Amino acid sequence: MSDFVSGFWNFYVISIVLLSVIGCGVLLKMQDSAKHVEGETTGHVWDEDLQEFSNPLPSWWRWLYYITIVFALFYLAIYPGLGTYQGQFGWSSAGQYDGEMKKADDQYGPIFKKFQSQDIMAVAANSEAKEMGQRLFLTYCSQCHGSDAKGARGFPNLTDNDWLFGGAPEQIKESIQKGRDAMMPAKGVKPDLNGDQIKDLAGYVRSLSGLAADSIRVQRGKELFGQACSACHGPDGKGMPGVAPNLSDKVWLYSSSEDSIIETITKGRVNRMPAFGEFLGDAKVHLLTAYVYGLGGGAKETPAAAPAEKK
Amino acid sequence: MQSQATYNYKVVRQFAVMTVIWGIVGMLVGVIIAAQLVWPELNVHEFLSYGRLRPLHTNAVIFAFGGCALFATSYYAVQRTSHAVLFAPGLAAFTFWGWQLVIVLAALSLPLGFTSGKEYAELEWPIDILITLVWVSYAVVFFGTIVKRTVSHIYVANWFFGGFILTVAVLHLVNSAAVPVFAAGILTPKSYSAYAGVQDAMIQWWYGHNAVGFFLTAGFLGMMYYFVPKQAGRPVYSYRLSVVHFWALIFTYMWAGPHHLHYTALPDWTQSVGMIFSLILLAPSWGGMINGIMTLSGAWHKLRDDPILKFMITSLSFYGMSTFEGPMMSIKTVNALSHYTDWTVGHVHSGALGWVAMISIGSIYYLLPRLFGKPEMHSKKLIEVHFWVATIGVVLYIASMWIAGVMQGLMWRATNVDGTLTYSFVESVKATYPFWTIRLLGGLLFLSGMIIMAWNMFLTMAGGKAVNAPVLAPAAAH
Repeated sequence: MSDFVSGFWNFYVISIVLLSVIGCGVLLKMQDSAKHVEGETTGHVWDEDLQEFSNPLPSWWRWLYYITIVFALFYLAIYPGLGTYQGQFGWSSAGQYDGEMKKADDQYGPIFKKFQSQDIMAVAANSEAKEMGQRLFLTYCSQCHGSDAKGARGFPNLTDNDWLFGGAPEQIKESIQKGRDAMMPAKGVKPDLNGDQIKDLAGYVRSLSGLAADSIRVQRGKELFGQACSACHGPDGKGMPGVAPNLSDKVWLYSSSEDSIIETITKGRVNRMPAFGEFLGDAKVHLLTAYVYGLGGGAKETPAAAPAEKK
Repeated sequence: MQSQATYNYKVVRQFAVMTVIWGIVGMLVGVIIAAQLVWPELNVHEFLSYGRLRPLHTNAVIFAFGGCALFATSYYAVQRTSHAVLFAPGLAAFTFWGWQLVIVLAALSLPLGFTSGKEYAELEWPIDILITLVWVSYAVVFFGTIVKRTVSHIYVANWFFGGFILTVAVLHLVNSAAVPVFAAGILTPKSYSAYAGVQDAMIQWWYGHNAVGFFLTAGFLGMMYYFVPKQAGRPVYSYRLSVVHFWALIFTYMWAGPHHLHYTALPDWTQSVGMIFSLILLAPSWGGMINGIMTLSGAWHKLRDDPILKFMITSLSFYGMSTFEGPMMSIKTVNALSHYTDWTVGHVHSGALGWVAMISIGSIYYLLPRLFGKPEMHSKKLIEVHFWVATIGVVLYIASMWIAGVMQGLMWRATNVDGTLTYSFVESVKATYPFWTIRLLGGLLFLSGMIIMAWNMFLTMAGGKAVNAPVLAPAAAH
């Protein structure tokens, strides 16, 4: 595809680049042949004693200059530079990228492919696959989930048996392949909550997992929970797989402090696991799935309703 | 022969003293951010975090330290080589106070988080307008003085100063074009670039590389062409070389920007053109180095016991080294390794500390006694100490960054037998700590040198008084 909106710009770029490169040489040639007398000054004096010798250009410097100009013209003949002209080598950065990717796929593809037909459980048990999976994990996943996969604030721990979107092999694979989007709406389904009510709710949410909370607030919060939160988190706060996290366990995605819970209710939360399927390809996703599954928290088989917990 | 009038040294004095002060401030911020890389816990507050202080460091050293040095030396040299008093003294005074205001506003707004996000042009639009006013005044004062000159020829230093002033005006206006944000009908200091996408990137690096080429090179070559022959007491090596390398340098720099965007969305042809002109730039750059160093031929012995000349000649050596390194790094295959690593940081500092700072320091040491009516600086010994402390500092800085940069580049591209990356990014960060520590030491040494200079400067000022030299009549024509 051309970078130019009309043929004029192609012509313009070619002319101005060639004229400029050659112009650099012409400037040198002209000045080189101008009159000079070695060892004598030009006769101009400034500020008492500032003068200039009329020495010729150093020979080695002159040739260094010419060589760079010749190199430039040579380079423009073989590589793209003159507008839409691709150069004798027909090189392009996109072409180089595709070539290197193809070479890498040919070379490394089979190494990953051999595990693709195997069952996740089998791959997870294979030590070679585990090593390769770990390398992939460190390259693509550790930035958010940590080198030890234990996560961080806002990024789930992958080593426990608590899963937001399910820990069965196919569910993990779907998370990696297609990514996951999650959104907690600000103030749940009751957008007219005031600050005091939110504090009540936060107290009740803390009480669900046995954390200290003001008992009067817990009482008031419990009533509000039914109106504002239970549609997603369920009447008992145990969540719904793939919809809303369990609030009654001890796993917290954003800290269990009252301030953090108030922030979550007041402003809501938006979070995303990016989709890696297209970028990594099926074979690597398969290996990564097995690696994550093998970290210890993978569900042995798909339950009818996968436990989805986390807040 | 001598007229009654005296040269306007007042504005030169003001800028010369502030060069040293801002040098200490800018380099101190540099040392702080270097320390933050070694000890991240030093990011104590958002206003003092690395991301806010880094642009403050670059702006302070380039525009406050380098800028004041350029104002001081160009105002001094243009008067003396034109044999005329500075044009429009009121406007010259405005350039001093206006420039100081720009610096203070930068020192406040950058830590507060106001930034346009354009490297070396981070200041927001109200400050950009003030810069424009100061810069136009600078041009009027400088070129007005050239017009007033009582000699027929324009001395080579003034070509470079003039080229630098004109080009920086164009660069600033084009790159800083932005649309201010109206929030709730109120004009805010926030703005967004007038350009988008790859065009914005191209304009930014056209600006960015020419900021190096004109602010940090052409201007300082002007400085070199006045102060090196003066201090050496020798004629400039070759007038012809001055002519060729001046025109070739200012013409070729304009093309070199795309080498900052190799292997990006910038079209292939643009990248190639940026690369070939960067290579052509080698000879014009070296022309300046040769002309400076060869000016000393026949007077090499002076290097032995003149620390000011040592600063100047060392600066030219670093200039030659970094202008060789630059074209090499612009070659795509080299750039594929060096880009985004600390090698780039090392390259910049071999130019900024080795060349720009050292030629400025030498020139300011030349100026100070003459501005304060003294035969020489309070202590020559301290200049000598400053020279060695600074030189060792630069060498530690750039050597550590070379090693760190090449190591990072190699670690990032290393792959395992299955094609996965051998090292995660954070492993390369961890491996760089020792080199960041050495770099911090190098920076600390350079900063210490500036503090020694300030001490020497204040003692020189205390023992002298402000003087303005009488305007000299031009030498009789041959």
